[in-house]
This record gives sequence, structure tokens and C-alpha cells, in this order.
Amino acid sequence: MRSGNLFNNRGWAGIAAALVLIVILAPLFNLAVPEGTALHMSDYTVALLGKIMCYAILALAMDLIWGYTGILSLGHGVFFALGGYAFGMYLMRQIGLDGVYHSELPDFMVFLDWKAYPWYWKFTDHFWYAALLVVLVPGVLAFVFGYFAFRSRIKGVYFSIITQALTFAFMLLFFRNDTGFGGNNGFTDFKRILDIPVQTSEMRMSLFVITGLVLVGTLLLGRYLVTSKFGRVLTAIRDAESRVMFSGYDPLWYKLSIWTLSAMLAGIAGALYVPQVGIINPGEMSPANSIEIAIWVAVGGRGTLVGAILGAFLVNGAKSWFTVAFPEYWLFFLGAIFIAVTLFLPQGVIGAIAQIREMLQKKHANAAKAAA
Amino acid sequence: MNPQGAALHIHAAAGPDYGHVMGEGVDVSHGPILYLDDITVSFDGFRALNKLTLTVEAGELRCIIGPNGAGKTTMMDVITGKTRPDLGTAFFGQTIDLLRMTEPQIAHAGIGRKFQKPTVFENHSVFENLELAMKTDKRVKASLLTKLDSAAQDRIAETLTLIRLADQSGRLAGLLSHGQKQWLEIGMLLMQEPRLLLLDEPVAGMTDAETERTAELFNSLAGKHSLVVVEHDMDFVGRIARKVTVLHEGSVLAEGSMDTVQNDERVIEVYLGR
Repeated sequence: MRSGNLFNNRGWAGIAAALVLIVILAPLFNLAVPEGTALHMSDYTVALLGKIMCYAILALAMDLIWGYTGILSLGHGVFFALGGYAFGMYLMRQIGLDGVYHSELPDFMVFLDWKAYPWYWKFTDHFWYAALLVVLVPGVLAFVFGYFAFRSRIKGVYFSIITQALTFAFMLLFFRNDTGFGGNNGFTDFKRILDIPVQTSEMRMSLFVITGLVLVGTLLLGRYLVTSKFGRVLTAIRDAESRVMFSGYDPLWYKLSIWTLSAMLAGIAGALYVPQVGIINPGEMSPANSIEIAIWVAVGGRGTLVGAILGAFLVNGAKSWFTVAFPEYWLFFLGAIFIAVTLFLPQGVIGAIAQIREMLQKKHANAAKAAA
Repeated sequence: MNPQGAALHIHAAAGPDYGHVMGEGVDVSHGPILYLDDITVSFDGFRALNKLTLTVEAGELRCIIGPNGAGKTTMMDVITGKTRPDLGTAFFGQTIDLLRMTEPQIAHAGIGRKFQKPTVFENHSVFENLELAMKTDKRVKASLLTKLDSAAQDRIAETLTLIRLADQSGRLAGLLSHGQKQWLEIGMLLMQEPRLLLLDEPVAGMTDAETERTAELFNSLAGKHSLVVVEHDMDFVGRIARKVTVLHEGSVLAEGSMDTVQNDERVIEVYLGR
């Protein structure tokens, strides 16, 4: 029986190790160890790992809806970007009078000759209100979209295509200057969070630690959900939805709750991403970006949570190396990884590791038998 | 917000007491538990059901036979809310109008269905399959917060013994044999405590011994539950049937004891051809 414990002892040890790495070792090696020594962790590495941890949160959100519930979203980029934009509005307000035009308004609004903030920018100068928007906007969009899609019993590839259309539509909307989100330039040139300058090592490290804690928290939440009866119903919906219905469960509310939660988690990931990368623009909503999220999860291993994190690190690690070494070939390489994983590692890297371990154990057992 | 709420409410009084006829919800005071009248279903002009009229009494074990395409599975789809008929009425007991309800609501009202192809949750253990099927509050919040109590565990253990899978409890359902999956699905139905069980080819793929055992099980369930069994295996039908209904081209061709229908001219004609 899987219900009961969140993790076994090895799992808890892994969580503890991750926490030590994030909260103690990384700040130590980045801030305390002097530059130029072997143990120093550069600001570049901090920024890169911080960014990938945001992707890992996004991958966890994807795994909950795809890996466990069997609903392939190819539009999760929209929730990620909306979370990013929601927090980006706050970051823009924090620029204050330090913009190019020294105006109360962000530069792009001055440029458009706007005299005041549009209504939806109201209160975004308050941190907590912006933080609320980070989960609320993706959550409400997902709820409304999901309600109609799931109520109409749209499934499988049809659902995936509609989510692609959703993210594409939002991308076009945000590309327009008069939408009020900076058009194709988006938001950038952030100066402060909570009136603290953003371009310092300390701030970067703080964001890194917060992102790491959110990542671990998301993993725990995910484990809690999938080990509960709720999680077993989700997997049951994935495997035999009609049996679920004839057993008396209404799949609509199960799908809708995990879908909305997944979108909110994606929004949080986006909000953490924007101050660390320093920019958010409509490119984040491009259909290709959303497909990439699914690739991370497939590479790591669907329906395992840890696999999603691993996949985000593997693919994005490879990407940051590849785009420097062979920038033109990255997309080909990504495509090749996806095909290879689909053909040879249907359970992803995690599944392959489990298989190898099983094989070794069998060999071991056989050897022991032969010896006896 | 949750459309199941109403249907669930009806069952608030139901205890965990397994396997007994309970009066809650379904009004069977006038006898029939299932009442289909003039049901017509067309798919692109093809009439899968043609003015089908059928009544099943409470506690009855009814067998339904008929050649391929006679409309047996479509009939089950109508009763369980999967297919909406073009015409006709379908009542569960005296008061519950099945045509106004969704699949989960119908399941809650007390109709359990076994599919032709055994449908179990293959990536869950046998135990978890029964746990998921068990009659309880099936809304999201309850699934998130409630833990399995010992009474529920006992009920699962009881059913495991009944379907002879007690030693397979922790095994993934996908690894069971075909016949074992059939039994697991029947066990899942029983966990739902339905008043009416619809069983589509329950012994397909079973060994003779398993079939024998299933016949015993069904005979013991009749009376406590009402059963509607669709089956091709005539030996099996002969072993359990009290009353047989023969469907042909979407309507009832003949009805009566096994002997009566086997000697019916029209039935012989349909099955053997001219």
C-alpha cells in the first residue's frame, strides 16, 4: 500500500540534503568563499541554478496534471508567464522615478503617451497584492478554461491542441502595445524588490534560496497529493476514466482541482523566475516553450515528481551548455532527445535507473544462488 | 457547486453494512427496480435500440441474451447514463429518473456496472482498486482528507476473500489474469453496495472452475441485489437463469424461463437462421 508515508527514509534524506545544499552550502560558497578560489560559486551559476529551479517547479506542476492525471497540457507556459507578468507589474512599480523618463509611469507607457495606469494596474505597487495576483490570475484562467473543457469532456490530443491555442492567443494579446504590458519588450530593467536593490549578490542569493525552498515545498505538496486517495483517483482517471465515473466519482471536479492547482504552481514559478532572469516578455507564451515543459517531464520520467525535477535540470543544463557550444543545433538536439526518450526510455531517466537497479539486483540474487 | 451533492445526500443514512438490501433512495414498493419503456437509440440512422421495454423486479437475477448487435451493451449504456436515448423513459425504482442523471450520480443512486472488457485500475494494487470503488463520500475534499478506517479495511478484506484475491491484495491489478480481473471488477461493484448490478459478459475468458465459482457467487447475490447479466455462454446462463430475456434488433424478442425461450420458434430462427 502506498498510502501513509510521504517518503521512505532515503527520500527524507534526499530532501534534507537538498535543503542543506540550498540554504547553507550555496550561500556559503557564493557569498563567504572568496572569488577565485576553487570552492567559490559564481553569480552566474547561482543565476543559472535559480532559473532551472523555477523550471523544476513548473515541471512538477506539469507532472501533476500530465504524469498523474493523464492530461497533457501544451499551454502551461501561459500560466507561468501570467505569474511572471503579475509579479513583473510590482517590479515595474518599484522602479519608481528611476526610469529613462523619470516618470511615475513605466517607460513603455510614457512612450505610448499614456497619462495614467490602466485599471488593472491598480494596487500592483503593493507587494502582497501582486503576490496574490501571481496565483489568482493563472488560477482563475485555468478554472474557467478547465471547467468548460472538462465539462465538455474534451480529452487527449484535442485538449492539448486547445491549450496550445490558448497560450498562442495570449502571446498575440501580450505582443500588442495597447494591452498595457510592454508589448514585445515586456518588462525589464527591474531595480528593487521591497525597496531593496535587485542587482546585488545578496539579493540574487536570497531569491535562489526562496526558489529552492518553494521547489522543495512543491515537491512535498505533490507527494502529499499523490499519496492521498485524491491522488489515487487522479491516476485512476488517467488509466480508466469510465470506471471512475461508474464508481461514482465525478472526474470534472478532480480534474479541475488539480488543473487549477497546477496552473497556480506554474504562476508561482513564473513569479520567481522574472526577478532572477530580469525580464519577462510574450516569448514565454510561445507554443514551443510550452512543449518544452512536456519534454522535461518526459525525459525525467512521468508520474514520479522527482523525475520532473531531474528532467528540468538535465534538459536545461544541456541547453545552457549547448546554446553556448553549438547554438544553431540546440533545437535539433532537443528534438532528438525527445524522440530518443519516447522510443527507448518510455519511463524516462528515472524509469531507466529503476530498471537497471532491478537488473543488478536480479544478477546479484542469481550469483548468490549459484554460490550457495 | 458539486452536482453530486444531491445524490450523495440520499445515501447519508446508509451504513457500512455490506450486502444487504437497503431501502434508502430507491423506492421498490411496487416491485420493479428497473423500468425501461419504449427506449429508442439511433446511431446515424441505425436503430441500436428500438422501442425497448423491459422491467426487472427487485432481487431478481435476469439474464439477457441475443446475437451480436442486438443492443445489449447499448441498453447498459442507457441505464448507466453513458448514452442518452432519443425517446423513452428509464426509471430506477419508482422515483429515480435515470435519463436526468450523470454517470456518477447513477452510480451513487445504486447501479453498478461491469464492462465487457474487464476494466480495473491497472496501476493500482488490488486493495486500492477496492478502496477506490468503496461506497463513501466521493467528492474531492473527502478524498483529500479522510483516511481509511478499520471498518472499511475489514470490508475490503471481506470482499477480497469473497472474490478469492486475498493473497493478491498488494499486487498491481494489471498483473492479474483475465479471470482474476473479472472477479476484481465484480468485487469493485460489490464494494459500491449497488442495489442493481449490470454485468456485461462476466465470465468471458474465465476457466471452467472460475465460471463455476462465478455462477455460485451470482446465485448467492440474487435476492440481496438485483442482477442483470448479459452473457453469451449458454451453459453459464443455464446455471444461473431464472428468467431470460432475448434481445433482437433492439427490442425484446422473447422472455421467460430458459426452457421456454430455447423452444421459442422465433428465437431458434434468430440464432440458427432459416
